[in-house]
Amino acid sequence: MERHPHMRKSAAGLGLAKRFRPGELVIQTALTFCATVSILTTLGIVAVLGKESLRFFLSGEVNLIEFLTSTKWQPAIGEFGILPLATATLVTSVIAMAIAGPIGLAVAVYLSEYAPERVRLFLKPVLEILAGVPTVVYGYFALTFVTPILRSVLGKDVVNVYNMASAGIVMGVLILPLVSSMCEDALSSVPRALKEGAYALGATRLETTVSVVIPAAFSGIAAAFVLGLSRAVGETMIVALAAGAGPAFTINPLRAAETMTGHIVRISSGDLSFNTIDYNSIFAIGLMLFLITLVLNIFNRWIVKRFREVYE
Amino acid sequence: MTALPPLQFEENLSGRHRKSLIMRFVFQASTIIGIIALTALLYNIITESFGFVAVENERDPDALIGGGAPLQEAGKDALAAVLREHVSEGLIRRLDAERPLVDRSRQELYDLVVERVVNPRVVGSWTLAESLFEKRKILLTMSEEFPGARLVFRSWLRPELISKPQSSVPERAGVRTAILGSLWVIFITVIISFPVGVGAAIYLEEYARDNLLNRVIQTNIYNLAGIPSIIYGMLGLAIFVRALEPLTSGSLLGLADSSTANGRTILSAGLTLALLVLPIIIINAQEAIRSVPQSLRHSSYGVGATKWQTVWHHVLPASFDRVLTGTILAISRAIGETAPLVVIGASTFVTLDPKSVFSKFTTLPIQIYQLTARPQAEFRNAAAAAIVVLLVLLLTLNASAVLLRNRYSKKKRML
Repeated sequence: MERHPHMRKSAAGLGLAKRFRPGELVIQTALTFCATVSILTTLGIVAVLGKESLRFFLSGEVNLIEFLTSTKWQPAIGEFGILPLATATLVTSVIAMAIAGPIGLAVAVYLSEYAPERVRLFLKPVLEILAGVPTVVYGYFALTFVTPILRSVLGKDVVNVYNMASAGIVMGVLILPLVSSMCEDALSSVPRALKEGAYALGATRLETTVSVVIPAAFSGIAAAFVLGLSRAVGETMIVALAAGAGPAFTINPLRAAETMTGHIVRISSGDLSFNTIDYNSIFAIGLMLFLITLVLNIFNRWIVKRFREVYE
Repeated sequence: MTALPPLQFEENLSGRHRKSLIMRFVFQASTIIGIIALTALLYNIITESFGFVAVENERDPDALIGGGAPLQEAGKDALAAVLREHVSEGLIRRLDAERPLVDRSRQELYDLVVERVVNPRVVGSWTLAESLFEKRKILLTMSEEFPGARLVFRSWLRPELISKPQSSVPERAGVRTAILGSLWVIFITVIISFPVGVGAAIYLEEYARDNLLNRVIQTNIYNLAGIPSIIYGMLGLAIFVRALEPLTSGSLLGLADSSTANGRTILSAGLTLALLVLPIIIINAQEAIRSVPQSLRHSSYGVGATKWQTVWHHVLPASFDRVLTGTILAISRAIGETAPLVVIGASTFVTLDPKSVFSKFTTLPIQIYQLTARPQAEFRNAAAAAIVVLLVLLLTLNASAVLLRNRYSKKKRML
């Protein structure tokens, strides 16, 4: 048999296995670098937030305990207590989740257990469009649509022009598609056999859903709620526009109060000069925000791991 | 697997079915809330974008030209004379420097007279819904509060909105600089985040061994996707705006824009958004690459291709439609991002078009934010019109994503 010249050459040392290819190596190095950009980003975030927060706490104007326990945030007189900002974040996030959680789950149940294909084909894009609307548009919606409605229903002297309720409600609408699509994924991955088992025992559709499908999909549903909450805590433009522009220590959702994210945006609009206490203080708030969302993310993974039902 | 709660046997069948039916309606009603929210959002934007306005002229146009002749019919010379009579000399000099008055057409002079001399101001505005259904109430308000004003139906969404730069007067507010700013910023974001994101995805899916480092990278990417966007803004502020100022202001290359000469530039904004969308692009691209069947890779290796040849000639083309769709979705998120750009210091008032990546910037969402945050109702009308522009831009982008996907998947089928 006539051998190909190329093969005859390699047959001598059988160098087919590994030839040194500088081009391949360069490409692999470049790709590895691309992947490490994400590590660099995280390190950058931690370094920046840590460094500027450290400066804030070492400035002598505030100590950590005062920062975490004082109920006043008034940079002008050197009062830096994060509680008013944190309670506002808590109130708006709780309202948002009170709306997005139950409704999101109900939508998911309807889509995965009840809806005919025709309805699904119509509803999915509606939810996707809702998810794709920029948050600043939701902020506009909260301020010019939901707030006037709240004020005319509950009374103008009860509801402030800027209030946490309207921001929270609209935030709920923003998070709704996220929660419902994650819940739906979880529900529809429950094996058919389980449902059919329940039907075979004579359970109604509701009983099957409540006693079989939802418990089986619990980890995914819980993960969706935690992720929704983490979105709500970090959400900025809706609260910046509709919740209020001044820290206030209140849990009354009809009053105006500034959230952590809202404060960062207001302070940094315009030319914020470096190395001022204001500049450093927003990084301290940012660090808190980062830690809260990090804990929520880790909690989220833990739930998925701990409560996942594995079939077969 | 945990034990499922026992299903209790109840004889009351009709009661159970009724309960099931009621809950079915509850679930159905919840879905309708989503539709209502979307409808209300769109209604709100449309109704604020059009409607009656009360316009008051600073000077009566028909009294400007002697003899009570209407302004519309005045000749070029008469208009120029009116301008010279009522406008300060400094402004005339400035206008002359732009282009001498004598060289301008009649229409241009007429517009100038209207803008500078007659100076119509919107003193009150109503929504489209009010204009259609409550005309009588509007007329009443008009006669009580603005006796000297005219009632005009106005579309806030008009060509001037897109062609004119920002203005401190709501009725002349335009978003031209903001649209250009958005496009510049997104351009930077795409050329950075697309190659880096797809590169990282290829590394993680095709090259990475299952070791600690790669697992850390993967976990880290998921965590990054969950960090609030405002934190990225702070990263951008500290790194791109401040630490890398010589680079991002362009002074290192001697290209600094004299009007800014600091790090709050288009380049900083684009880089910040690139970091923000990177995790989303990586995750989407990974999923796309993972869905390529293993047999395709094996047949490529089988004919002697190297790893990169396999990736470049087989894996990427086979997954490109999905990579592209994921990227476009990430980019449309970047276009709507506001908070990080406010934090890195978008300019509040920009009337000049951006000239290079080292120019100061404003973007469409930031413009909407600033228009909405103003107290006067007329600015909110302008904001609503700007929102329509933004939504149309996003819709176009998403539609093109669908079209691209269809085209590529058709090609793939022919292979």
